Amino acid sequence: MNDSAVENSKGPQGNAVSAAEKTNLFALIWRLPMLVWQSIFFAIPLLFLVYLSFWLVRNYRMEPGFDPVNWIKMFSKDYFWDAYVYTFGLAFLSTVVASLIAFPCAYALSFKVSETARRWAIFFLIIPFFTSYLVRVYSWQIIIAENGVINAMLSYVGLGPFIMLNTAFGSIVGYLTLTLPLVVILQTFSIASIDRNLIEAAHNLGCGRLRTVFTVIVPLAKIGLIIGALFCFILSFGDFVSPYYLGGSKPPTLSILIIDTTKSGQQWPKAAVVAVTMIVTLLVVAFTSVGLAYRKRT
Amino acid sequence: MRTKTKKPVMKASRRDILKYAGASATAMLATPFVHRAWAQTVEINMLSWYGLAEPDMVEEFEATRNVKFVPKYYAGGDNMLAALSQSPAGTYDIIHTDAEYARILIAQGNLIDELDPDDYPFDDMLYADFQNFPGHWHDGKLYSVITRFGHLGVSYNTEFVTQDEAMSYDVFWKPELEGKVGHFDWHLPNLGQISLLNGNNDPGPFNISEDAWAAVREKTLSLKPQVKGFFDYGGTFSSLKNGEIHACAGIGDWVTGVVAKDGAPVDSVVPAEGGVQWTESYSIVSTSTKKDIANEYIQYSLSPAGQVRSAAMQAYPSFCVTQSGVDALRAERPDEAARTGQVAGVSNNPITLIEEGRIHYRDTPVQQSLEDWNEFWSEYKNA
Repeated sequence: MNDSAVENSKGPQGNAVSAAEKTNLFALIWRLPMLVWQSIFFAIPLLFLVYLSFWLVRNYRMEPGFDPVNWIKMFSKDYFWDAYVYTFGLAFLSTVVASLIAFPCAYALSFKVSETARRWAIFFLIIPFFTSYLVRVYSWQIIIAENGVINAMLSYVGLGPFIMLNTAFGSIVGYLTLTLPLVVILQTFSIASIDRNLIEAAHNLGCGRLRTVFTVIVPLAKIGLIIGALFCFILSFGDFVSPYYLGGSKPPTLSILIIDTTKSGQQWPKAAVVAVTMIVTLLVVAFTSVGLAYRKRT
Repeated sequence: MRTKTKKPVMKASRRDILKYAGASATAMLATPFVHRAWAQTVEINMLSWYGLAEPDMVEEFEATRNVKFVPKYYAGGDNMLAALSQSPAGTYDIIHTDAEYARILIAQGNLIDELDPDDYPFDDMLYADFQNFPGHWHDGKLYSVITRFGHLGVSYNTEFVTQDEAMSYDVFWKPELEGKVGHFDWHLPNLGQISLLNGNNDPGPFNISEDAWAAVREKTLSLKPQVKGFFDYGGTFSSLKNGEIHACAGIGDWVTGVVAKDGAPVDSVVPAEGGVQWTESYSIVSTSTKKDIANEYIQYSLSPAGQVRSAAMQAYPSFCVTQSGVDALRAERPDEAARTGQVAGVSNNPITLIEEGRIHYRDTPVQQSLEDWNEFWSEYKNA
């Protein structure tokens, strides 16, 4: 084989390699911003947070180190586990309530209203995000206080006063203020994308309306429903504002515990233990939920 | 056919001359002001509790000295320490802090500058302790200067609690107040008050033995069924205002003074068992490049004009620390002086209360660690 033959035989392959490299470079350029962003603003700070949890505090000054004492101390405290269980339970309750309230709304927006009405509804669901969450939570104080708007109205029919502010109920109201519009939107997008023919086929085969909801619509919208619930859980689990300003910090959640911990003389490493525990919990919940959402039927 | 008329290049009428002359005169007269406005405005970066760098406090000094305060507000001493340690050198010029944290700033070394005592009117201080305030001096050197203070006791809704009842911390256990007692969410003032209720006034509520500390914990836990919630400044304010709580521990006139101005029937007293004093002071950051002007502001804060502004601060009022400040307050704001007891011959005069030994300076725990107290506070909140 002469040289030119070798050249020719390499030719097509060489072009293919070069094309693959080009594709990879093209793909890399698109991936790069996300990689850089996530590295700088998530991965590196997260690693630092984990590292910080092993530092020590002496004479109100943090000193770098690698001592597990903060983990041992924090995990041995009953109040830490009380706060953990309470935070998880409250976030779970918020997720269930938000999902249950959102589903009929999303169903109605997907199947029972016009395209125009749906667009307006989604617009109105987005509007609350234009205002500060903190301001909205302060507004709720006026509404659900013992001398607030709701109790004032109920008093006209001889009911109440009901204690809502500075209770777990108050926290849930705040969580729903933050998460419900988002859950409705995510559920609506998911349900609205279901192929109508499948629903009609279910009806044609004698499936009742309610049964269609649970055997056709819910399974088909499963991914959106679970992702909506997951967002609700994540936002509720990490929220500081509602349990503090509507729940009265009684008992405190993990986010409040982070603030409280720092008040004992620069105890940021101990606060980091709480924060890392929260992140690990959320990662476990997120991976479990996503696995559940994309699990194939056997 | 139109004939072209040649326009004069410039022909000023008498009216034009007057107009341009007027404009020129105005420009000339305004020049000094324009110059002053264009002169470099010095920015002073202040690390402080909310309100200290608001216009009601600094506008006069800003106008006369052509400076602009740029505040970074914190909520709590630890927050302040974190902000300071996480910022590059030179970020802040002046720190306004609680006295117990001034001690920590000094202990950390090289964070704040030594000050010259001769720069400040220590001879005019209302009380001898203020000249040599605990934690402001180290090895005979001054590092922090007291500018304002206030007292913490029982804060209450006057429609549900009488002043006589409020004269003891026992009022928090009153059966009618079940679910109506609030806490300012910080362990030091609350536990200090329970410590006072338990009789720990010598040497003080923050310097207690392990047995006394155990008793304070037990007494505090017994209050939990009465408690509505744990609040920050905003939460305490709104809870008192909207009737969610009828009594509150850990605060004083610095909150109720503002709520009362908002029309709510609230008041604060120092109970018979004694009260806790919060004290705020200024320090100059070692890495500041504007130390002279920062020092001038501290001097202004201690002047009669500065003291009046401080006493009537919109965010939270306080007491004056100098005699000339009190005199100015009585002359300019007699209503505020009377409301806060800063007049002669009244039982709630802040200096009288201190002299009677009923006031204890808020401090970090002496025989236990700050961590011990804080961990108990977390336990209490979860109880």
